[in-house]
Amino acid sequence: MTDYSITHLRELEAEAIYVIREVGAQFEKPTLLFSGGKDSIVMYHLARKAFWPQVVPFPCLHIDTGHNFEETLKFRDELMESTGGRVIVRLVQDSIDAGKAVEETGVNASRNVLQTITLLDAIEEFKFDAALGGGRRDEEKARAKERFFSHRDDFGQWDPKNQRPELWNIFNGKKHMGEHFRVFPLSNWTEMDVWQYIYLEEIDIPNLYYTHKREVFNRDGVWLAKAPFMQLKESEAYELKDVRCRTIGDISCTGLTLSSADSLEDIIQEVAAARSTERGGRYDDKRSEAAMEDRKKEGYF
Amino acid sequence: MSSVENPAPGYLDMELLRFTTAGSVDDGKSTLIGRLLYDSKAIFEDQMEQLEMASERRGEEQVNLALLTDGLRAEREQGITIDVAYRYFATPKRKFIIADTPGHVQYTRNMVTGASTANLAIILVDARHGVLEQTIRHSYIASLLGIPHILICVNKMDLTEYKEEVFEDVKKQFVPFKEILNIGDVRFIPISALNGDNVVDRSKNMDWYSGATLLEILETINIRSDADFVNPRFPVQYVIRPQRDEYHDYRGYAGRIAGGVWKPGVKVAVLPGGIESTLESIDTMTGELSEAYPPQSVTFRLAHDIDISRGDMIVPVDQKPNVGQEIDLMVCWLGENPMVMGGKYVIRHTTAELRGIIREVVYKMDINTLEENRDDKSVVLNEIARIRIKTSKPIFYDSYKDNHITGSIIIIDEATNNTVGAGMIL
Repeated sequence: MTDYSITHLRELEAEAIYVIREVGAQFEKPTLLFSGGKDSIVMYHLARKAFWPQVVPFPCLHIDTGHNFEETLKFRDELMESTGGRVIVRLVQDSIDAGKAVEETGVNASRNVLQTITLLDAIEEFKFDAALGGGRRDEEKARAKERFFSHRDDFGQWDPKNQRPELWNIFNGKKHMGEHFRVFPLSNWTEMDVWQYIYLEEIDIPNLYYTHKREVFNRDGVWLAKAPFMQLKESEAYELKDVRCRTIGDISCTGLTLSSADSLEDIIQEVAAARSTERGGRYDDKRSEAAMEDRKKEGYF
Repeated sequence: MSSVENPAPGYLDMELLRFTTAGSVDDGKSTLIGRLLYDSKAIFEDQMEQLEMASERRGEEQVNLALLTDGLRAEREQGITIDVAYRYFATPKRKFIIADTPGHVQYTRNMVTGASTANLAIILVDARHGVLEQTIRHSYIASLLGIPHILICVNKMDLTEYKEEVFEDVKKQFVPFKEILNIGDVRFIPISALNGDNVVDRSKNMDWYSGATLLEILETINIRSDADFVNPRFPVQYVIRPQRDEYHDYRGYAGRIAGGVWKPGVKVAVLPGGIESTLESIDTMTGELSEAYPPQSVTFRLAHDIDISRGDMIVPVDQKPNVGQEIDLMVCWLGENPMVMGGKYVIRHTTAELRGIIREVVYKMDINTLEENRDDKSVVLNEIARIRIKTSKPIFYDSYKDNHITGSIIIIDEATNNTVGAGMIL
């Protein structure tokens, strides 16, 4: 037989495009959760490929904690502008002002958990029946058993013991009124796959992922960025360092990596040599061993 | 050995191998996976720290590699794996996806799920106990799901003083089943997952074994011919109509190639109508392709304007699939409620959704003894049976052994929307 081979990246790409098209076909009001991070940028790129030459037939949804890196928002708006995409923004601040969410206090305060409330409200407001996310199974233990099509009850909750079996590439998105699905086309990707794919497809990413000088401080081994709403403990102090983001999330919990990587090649080499997982730099996961599982059950991304 | 020390841009051209592991807790399956991840350096420092913390809490002296694969808290508490968990690692040669499934009979549905996407199955046998009922069960499921390659790892060789006779005995015990199960490619490896013998590194304790290590096999086994390159099949997934000025008249049919090698110019028929046309082009956002094959996701344009929707199938005029409404299949029941004879269910087959009625249970399979039971016709959770269904509309199908995509269906309960059955068309 002739060698009709396909590389792992092209196979993962084909799988993700297939899943995104299934969402376009099986649901009436899907949305793509967009954070401005590299995974959601890759997701949006794949969604464009899935429906080309049609523009992505559903809007993106950005849950804005108000604690973003400035560059992320600028990048988001430019990307949507240049590709004819649409983004809906909902603010965690509005949930707090409406009394639905209560701001955490203390030095470790973060709005990361509060995002869930705003997200579920937005899903209800727009009657979204499927939300595409960039979650990957390699990120964290609780995600290793996540399905591509993850069913959520009418409270937006995930029941790890009652997941639908997923066989072959047949996805069952049938649901009752008020329920919705989270769909994860990048389930089978690893952090390395995402970086290699960005490199292969020459996808633009925010400059935050490359090395830059920034004022940071060290908390329990994690480098965090200086920002107006961050409080220092007595033992902590700002230092100017060469850093880059490994993930882009809420500033209050996104750890920065000391790095001089200024190209995709450098980043890939760095990821390859890294001795801790991507989420190892996320302060929110350090709260307890089962932190992610708890947040997911409540309806987190 | 590991991708970790290597510059990655050179490894953009790796192949992807999906494999499943079946075994019960006592077989050391979790230890084996932990060993593969650990020795191929896929475990990061923070994961290792968590592991050390968890092992310590449980009062264990050595770091327990098995804890790596026990994901959910409920499982950690009960000390069992209750679902399919997916793991990832890579070497410079390949990227691997492990579907890790529990092996006890009550988890047959998890094994079937994990096996449905696998190129290869690892089946663990405890060297002290030899081929057991569960070995046969795991092998049967691997063969039922059409996994092309089976690796039988004879584990815990360290507990049998690494004796060659023990390993040879297991091979002999398996011979009769190899024929009954009709598995093409079966290989045997003597290992100790606990100590790492013949997993990634060659064992110093078993000079008598000259074959490849487990990882060597995983890295080199030929998986290119696993997909169906014989029967060209293109189930239409989504109709693309841009409705923007520059692509005003564009009409494309998006989907994933389910079989065969496609080139523009081929004469095609569109099922169910059978209207004929020509494949005009194979489109992607980055340009037209001169050929496309499984598992690529592409968009077809045809020479004629035909009314085509999701669930239709594009095939070559001279290589059509079977078309029918009375379908014979092997089913694995996944639902908590028993299968209802005469009951109506939703059926999903490729991108089509239709309804179906269970018409007949021909026999149930005793997956421990491989005997057919023609008396008891009740099919409950985790059971496997040969059944006949009637569908509300004709489906376009191939036998599962020829094409896993056009030969498989799922059965959905209309009331709960749960997936309750997995079917392989005979």
